[in-house]
Amino acid sequence: MFWKRREKNQQLVQIEILPKRKNKIIALAGNPNTGKSTIFNRLTGLKQHTGNWPGKTVKKAEGIFEIKDVEYTLIDLPGTYSLLSTSEDEEIARDFILFGNPDATVIVCDASVLERNLNLAFQIMQITNRCILCVNLIDEAERKGVEIDKETLEGELRIPVVLTNARSGEGIDELKEKIFLVSNRFLKLSPKKIQHKKEIQEKLNQLVPLIERAFPGLYASEWIALRLLEGDKKIRKAIELGNLLELINKGLNNGNGELK
Amino acid sequence: MTKKLSELRRGEKGMIVKVNLNGLTRRRLLDLGFIPGTIISVVFESPLGDPVAYLVRDTIIALRKEESEKIEVELIN
Repeated sequence: MFWKRREKNQQLVQIEILPKRKNKIIALAGNPNTGKSTIFNRLTGLKQHTGNWPGKTVKKAEGIFEIKDVEYTLIDLPGTYSLLSTSEDEEIARDFILFGNPDATVIVCDASVLERNLNLAFQIMQITNRCILCVNLIDEAERKGVEIDKETLEGELRIPVVLTNARSGEGIDELKEKIFLVSNRFLKLSPKKIQHKKEIQEKLNQLVPLIERAFPGLYASEWIALRLLEGDKKIRKAIELGNLLELINKGLNNGNGELK
Repeated sequence: MTKKLSELRRGEKGMIVKVNLNGLTRRRLLDLGFIPGTIISVVFESPLGDPVAYLVRDTIIALRKEESEKIEVELIN
């Protein structure tokens, strides 16, 4: 294989966590074991291995699917409970949601334990407006006597909510429709955001513009600002040295992100 | 009566009242569902008694004593 040697001072290197930008990028995120891979297979017709244990999707999987004759790229992310995570597979998900700038993020939830799943949903809604809540496994929830009030949920979260049973295919067409609307910006969303304490919000108001000026094109600048306020040494050092973007490309916590 | 989560025995049920941890560990535990008000019980104990697997919000999560002794629970019937 022959690789073209990269020019010495070339600045614009394709960010590793960014897939090719030909298609709209749709990310599938969610807690472990909520059926993300089953949704992925439903949409793409692929046979990604599905299994009933957490941590199964260790790396992100990519697939193509069509809506109205247009191709979309779907990214199946490993399950994660949080965007402040510390384990390697969770980092892949976190880095992608934070810095991959998907055109839409589908947050897959387990209908019978919705409350637990909304923690991650809120963290994602904090970062991106273009998200859809996919409440999956509704058949199992029904069996447990759980009923999901879709309209109230939509009203509270202010994002589209789709109820699905990925195993039977129920709700998948509606999910596609919502992906179409959100990723093409036909739906303007302003999800419910967590209100920070006043002192924190004031600090953020000062920090975020500074970070954005120093690193144009950086997504999730508020997330970076919050990490700084928490005293994250790695991010602080990267900002001082001006190589935050490179650090992000390598993965923030993977140990190889050693700074020069 | 409150006691440490690490003192919770199999068959007992507790409600989390306090998470006496700070920073990332605290955040992590909250993310995993160890939130005050949550019902918790012991599912498995490893042969040496550490770690212990807990049932919390319909998910089984194992904690080491380091963490579980810093979580306060109230016994419920």
